[in-house]
Amino acid sequence: MVFLGMLADPAGQVLAGTLLFAVAGVPGLFTRRSASWGGHVAALLSVLGAVTGLAGAVTILHGGINETFVIAWTLPFDSCEIGIDPLSALFLLPVFLIPACSTFYAKGYWPAAANPDSAPKLAFFLGLFTAAMALVVMARNSVLFLMAWEVMALAAYFLLTAENHKKEVRRAGMVYLVATHIGTLALFVMFILLRSQAGSYLFSAMRAVDASSPLSTVIFIAALIGFGMKAGLMPLHIWLPAAHANAPSHISAIMSGVMLKMGIYGIIRVLSFFPHPPLWWGMVVLASGVIAGLLGVIFAIGQQDLKRLLAYSSIENIGIITIGIGIAVIGKTTGSPALLVLGMAGALLHVLNHSLFKSLLFLGAGSVLHAANTRKLELLGGLASRMPLTAMLSLLGMVALCGLPPLNGFVSEYLLYAGFFSSILTGSGSAVLYMALSAVVLALIGGLAIACFVRVYGIAFGSLPRSAEAANAHEAGWEMLAPMGLLALLCIAIGLFPKIAVDLIMPAISSGYLPQQGKDAAAILFPPLGWLTVVSFILLAFAALLLSFFLRGLRRSPAAASDTWGCGYLNPTPRIQYTASSFAEILVKLFGGALRPRYRQPAVTGFFPKPAGFTSRYRETLLDLVIFPFFSIVQERFSQLRKLQHGKLPLYILYIFITLLLLLLWSP
Amino acid sequence: MTDLLIHLVLIICMPPLMLGIIGKTKAAFAGRVGAPYLQPYFDLFKLLRKGSVFSSTTTWIFRAGPIITLAATITAALLIPLGNHPSPISFAGDMILFAYLFGLARFFTMAAALDTGSSFEGMGAAREATFSCLVEPTLFFALIVLCRISGSLSLSTMLTHSLVNIWFSAGASLVLLVAGLFIILLAENCRIPFDDPNTHLELTMIHEVMVLDHSGPAFGYILYGAAMKLFILGAFFIHIALPFKTGDHLLDWGIFIISMVALAITIGIVESIMARLRLVRIPQLLVAASILTAFSMLLILR
Repeated sequence: MVFLGMLADPAGQVLAGTLLFAVAGVPGLFTRRSASWGGHVAALLSVLGAVTGLAGAVTILHGGINETFVIAWTLPFDSCEIGIDPLSALFLLPVFLIPACSTFYAKGYWPAAANPDSAPKLAFFLGLFTAAMALVVMARNSVLFLMAWEVMALAAYFLLTAENHKKEVRRAGMVYLVATHIGTLALFVMFILLRSQAGSYLFSAMRAVDASSPLSTVIFIAALIGFGMKAGLMPLHIWLPAAHANAPSHISAIMSGVMLKMGIYGIIRVLSFFPHPPLWWGMVVLASGVIAGLLGVIFAIGQQDLKRLLAYSSIENIGIITIGIGIAVIGKTTGSPALLVLGMAGALLHVLNHSLFKSLLFLGAGSVLHAANTRKLELLGGLASRMPLTAMLSLLGMVALCGLPPLNGFVSEYLLYAGFFSSILTGSGSAVLYMALSAVVLALIGGLAIACFVRVYGIAFGSLPRSAEAANAHEAGWEMLAPMGLLALLCIAIGLFPKIAVDLIMPAISSGYLPQQGKDAAAILFPPLGWLTVVSFILLAFAALLLSFFLRGLRRSPAAASDTWGCGYLNPTPRIQYTASSFAEILVKLFGGALRPRYRQPAVTGFFPKPAGFTSRYRETLLDLVIFPFFSIVQERFSQLRKLQHGKLPLYILYIFITLLLLLLWSP
Repeated sequence: MTDLLIHLVLIICMPPLMLGIIGKTKAAFAGRVGAPYLQPYFDLFKLLRKGSVFSSTTTWIFRAGPIITLAATITAALLIPLGNHPSPISFAGDMILFAYLFGLARFFTMAAALDTGSSFEGMGAAREATFSCLVEPTLFFALIVLCRISGSLSLSTMLTHSLVNIWFSAGASLVLLVAGLFIILLAENCRIPFDDPNTHLELTMIHEVMVLDHSGPAFGYILYGAAMKLFILGAFFIHIALPFKTGDHLLDWGIFIISMVALAITIGIVESIMARLRLVRIPQLLVAASILTAFSMLLILR
């Protein structure tokens, strides 16, 4: 009864959705492990949870509602507050949508019958992971936030190490675990300092922290490190590519589409505690966004592993989102509501957009992996004729990701450009120059993204199969196609009707960032999004017109079929096709300074050279050249300390006891 | 209303003429008579009537590529002002859409090229992808300069804003801008010294090699789209390089048409007296164009 009562209230709907996700995987744990109904129950409960939660989140977002609950607890960290405001509600949209799609997709992709050991575990942790992320955006108490954050981080660890019999999966998991805890450490520092500034653990007490004190600088940097580590800002991204590549694809979709955004949420939330941030904060945020965006896409171009490429492109998109936040903070400092609104609107819309198209692409990559049994681009090819629907949906995702009209990626980038250009138009001083250069880099990022994803589509889906497995690929089942179709539809809808989407997210900007200025000021400054709809439909009309001419021509004189022209060469094989590496070669060489490609290339000597081979390999520059060497030195130097870590549980408990005792003695 | 009509007629009819004039200029330099001015129109009509041959390795995207590319180009043509008149569609921020529509066109041209599985077309697509990335910054530096000079966020105002005074007050900046834009005009439209539109089978080719497998009406769409792109970017360039306006409607249209013809002749001259660059030099020249326009921006923003 209580549960039904909750459903009347939008915030109650959100909480009910969260609860449904939390328990979705539990029944599956108690069934026979290869039985499939555990998966069915999980999918059903997740979809129910998503529908309830999304209904509540949309109502809150649309109405600009702000609700707070206090839950009784006995911990000495002030009261346990949970709240939902439009900003939280906006982040709740991907939190509920994407995991539901993934759970549904998992029925075809990761069925219990084929994976009796991992399927129930995955379903359980997936639900827990989702509920934890929902709690992260709803927590209004620092300690509760950190608890939810840790549950999220650990659940993600168990999800991504589903195939823990593989060595690279375990390694990716370990790197992730270390990285996420370094991030959490920074968050501890940040929240403790915030507590000392605001006098409370509650977010509601942190409304007006003075940004000019030196402690605030430390808070800002700790937030950037802690949340940036989760979001994957360069150079804190080291855990991200391997983790996304080695997780099951439907998990990668959630990690990239939703979990990274938790870092973004944290940055936005903490920045909203400071009414008057200094200018250099905005510049630092903008610069880190520009760096992540540019390096992310440059690394993506070199990748030969489909999912690793998508992971790097997530870093690029996180960079674009961060650019938006940077514009907003600069706008806040310089007292320009236009900049603030445009930057924040671009960032928040891109959060939503990226979660849609990147999850779509990861699910598509999962279908490819499922069908062709490989993630290596060099072994794929010809999938468009073997799995046409997957190819079409993935193509939509790629066009959206490249920020091309008429899909949704363009809208958020357009808002960011509008921010840049409105600053260029009216601003003065060094900030303008800074904005102008960032706008140009954003354009470069867009161009590079096109190069990167044309390569993926052309090599993996176009042309002829480069291996027997790719040749025997088959179309994915409806359980896998349906969630992808839903995500693609949303991409198209936002792209064609951007005004509706932006109107929906406006309350999230006003609630978190525009306390003084009303919505009216923002509405006047807003670029004419209705025109985007008009031009999109004109584009589609022209395309339809040309298509009908084309088809009429084909009917009049039917087309002949032939081989691809080989310039007179009559016996082509799939092996002579252009490869993914050759496609990227010129760009990789241009950006060799960051990518550090390694070529193994035997010298050709003599009149009759022997058969020889050529290999090219791209490394994780930072991880392989800096972090791992550093950690192996640390391991050598501090090996004595390992004696403290001996695996005897009673002694570990003793450590805790001694620490507690010392702390009690030390505290006044 | 008449302006809108003239705009549409020029957009639809004039692009192939530019190619005809370039061809005639080159023939004159080589001491030949050359093909008639209207030859590109004859070619287009012939192609539109012919049948098609499709490679058996290709899928729907190979057929969709030319259609989407041409549709995006025509849409972009509605956003660019011609002569002294605003474009049919103009709104704040339309220059971003303008730039990204060409991105859309490029995406599908390259995807169609890769769909054939031919090494030649793969090579062409790789080059196109690389070089167009390097063109992007130049275009945006130029847009920033124009936005700052005209105090507007719309292409129509940016380009038809009276630039003659600016040439006197900030001439240095505009000279750099024009130089940078001329380089990308040639690069984006695959003219010499970046690419040679007349050779089809050289490994140094970019655009022509990407469309090697297209035939019939689809190839017609591609050629027409390429001509229209030259026309649109040419008009963009003309607005800055030759900003002569009288205020009289018909006279301004006349000036515009004469300027475009002069541009075509200039391109023809460049093609006649220059050799194609080696492939490794192309990125260097494109980066140089970016730097020129970046300087131009610095001069304006300081």
